[in-house]
Amino acid sequence: MNMKVNIAGVEWNNPVTVASGTFGSGAEFAEFVDLNRLGAVTTKGVANIPWEGNPTPRVAETYGGMMNAVGLQNPGIDVFCERDIPFLRQYDTKIIVNVCGKSTEDYCEVVERLADEDVDMLEINISCPNVKAGGIAFGQNPKAAEEITRAVKKYAKQPVIMKLSPNVTSIAEMARAVEAGGADAVSLINTITGMKIDIRRKTFLLANRTGGVSGPAIHPIAVRMVYEAANAVKVPVIGMGGIASAEDAVEMILAGASAVSVGTANFFDPAVTMEIVDGIECYMKEQGFEMISDMVGIVK
Amino acid sequence: MTRKKENAVILSQKKLAQDIYSMWIQTEAASEAKPGQFISMYTNDGSKLLPRPISICEINKADGSLRVVYRVTGKDTGTEQFSQMKAGDKIPVIGPLGNGFPYEKAEGKKVFLMGGGIGVPPILELAKQMHCEKKQIIIGYRDRETFLEDEFEQNGEVYISTEDGSVGTKGNVMDAIRENGLTADMIYACGPTPMLRAIKAYAQENGIECYISLEERMACGIGACLACVCKSKEKDHHTNVNNKRICKDGPVFLSTEVEL
Repeated sequence: MNMKVNIAGVEWNNPVTVASGTFGSGAEFAEFVDLNRLGAVTTKGVANIPWEGNPTPRVAETYGGMMNAVGLQNPGIDVFCERDIPFLRQYDTKIIVNVCGKSTEDYCEVVERLADEDVDMLEINISCPNVKAGGIAFGQNPKAAEEITRAVKKYAKQPVIMKLSPNVTSIAEMARAVEAGGADAVSLINTITGMKIDIRRKTFLLANRTGGVSGPAIHPIAVRMVYEAANAVKVPVIGMGGIASAEDAVEMILAGASAVSVGTANFFDPAVTMEIVDGIECYMKEQGFEMISDMVGIVK
Repeated sequence: MTRKKENAVILSQKKLAQDIYSMWIQTEAASEAKPGQFISMYTNDGSKLLPRPISICEINKADGSLRVVYRVTGKDTGTEQFSQMKAGDKIPVIGPLGNGFPYEKAEGKKVFLMGGGIGVPPILELAKQMHCEKKQIIIGYRDRETFLEDEFEQNGEVYISTEDGSVGTKGNVMDAIRENGLTADMIYACGPTPMLRAIKAYAQENGIECYISLEERMACGIGACLACVCKSKEKDHHTNVNNKRICKDGPVFLSTEVEL
């Protein structure tokens, strides 16, 4: 039996990574998790310059999940390259750098800067609902999504994963658009835009008013969208959205995901990814699967 | 890989005042805990998944237990579920988290230990562990529903304020300082932001070294998600912007390094 997966030419030791923004650059989680046992670490989004992010409160709990509007606070690409890449390289795991920006030029600048860095894949965040410019503006229009994909591909030396938003009418159309733009893989779903009101104080719970909903409550929506995207494109799909157990991860794989990302569940249990890796292996043994690829998208 | 979420065992649970509960738990977190640190407490309810950051009120290293004194924040909340748990029940926790108060700096100093509302509990272990010239404990409450004051009495001079004037000075902890003509050359404080803002200003005016413990809504509790940040005066070395992480770089900060 073999847990290895090949995502756009990059071989991961297993199909489990973490969702950008839920794991920092791995250092804080290294006390709880053996990073060598993750297929890949997907870093928190990084931009060309440092971003301060949104005012607080930035998070709220929701039924079976949470909502965030952190606003992509990040230290900028220079600090990231000096500090975070060398840290992660100590481990036997692939490095996926999540890239954010406010304009096409911003994205391209970061991608170009990373071209000669020792990282394995790039994930382009065109789906953050919590920043005013950039982010989701590129992720809700198929033409804009295709164009930005084509633009970053010109500078990218690593395979490019386009991270898609669920806040669209047709996820299949968005997946096809980025594939046409040259995406090597797609990842989905980012958070679903939500709002929570404090009825006693009669105001919004988050300073940003709206935030991205994540966690187990949105898992069925994510499974449906992964299924639709996987059936629309030939490139591999990295599935995420509310995965909190090995069962959730397997469900995503059967729906069409070639790999999975664990996000919000890292906040409930920092070591949950280890249980998920072990649990997928148990499932494969129990069900007689030799390879992950034998499971991908078999539910039609 | 040295840490994990742990099932702590509840040793006792007691109501201290309106909505205020005290819980002793048996936990590995006790061995390394310091005053001013907190633990993440989790419900056993799948609809309430985020940890509740709760400050440590007392530490008993000898028997490996911690005391938390917490407020039930409303009906159907995670803290209400904690309050319904009984001795022998298991409660998932991670801790100790955060930096804690630098109490060793109080050696030889005249100190204010100030707590307001649910910021009162972490001041107790601080008062117990602190060695200083003069220990003045100033604690503020809303009304006569006070708590822990007997235990503070055994650890220093205690001054109480209540918003409605039912016990001690009418007003807040700053009013209690003025009414009693107290002075200090070192301050440690935990409480609501308006109180900390007033203490920070007072410390600055009088040139007093002051440490304040901040609170913000958290998600991970371990410094990864960047939800619970506060504004810092200087660019922070980790975030590379003027934000500090309350859960990881705090919750205790030198008052002059943060903006409230």
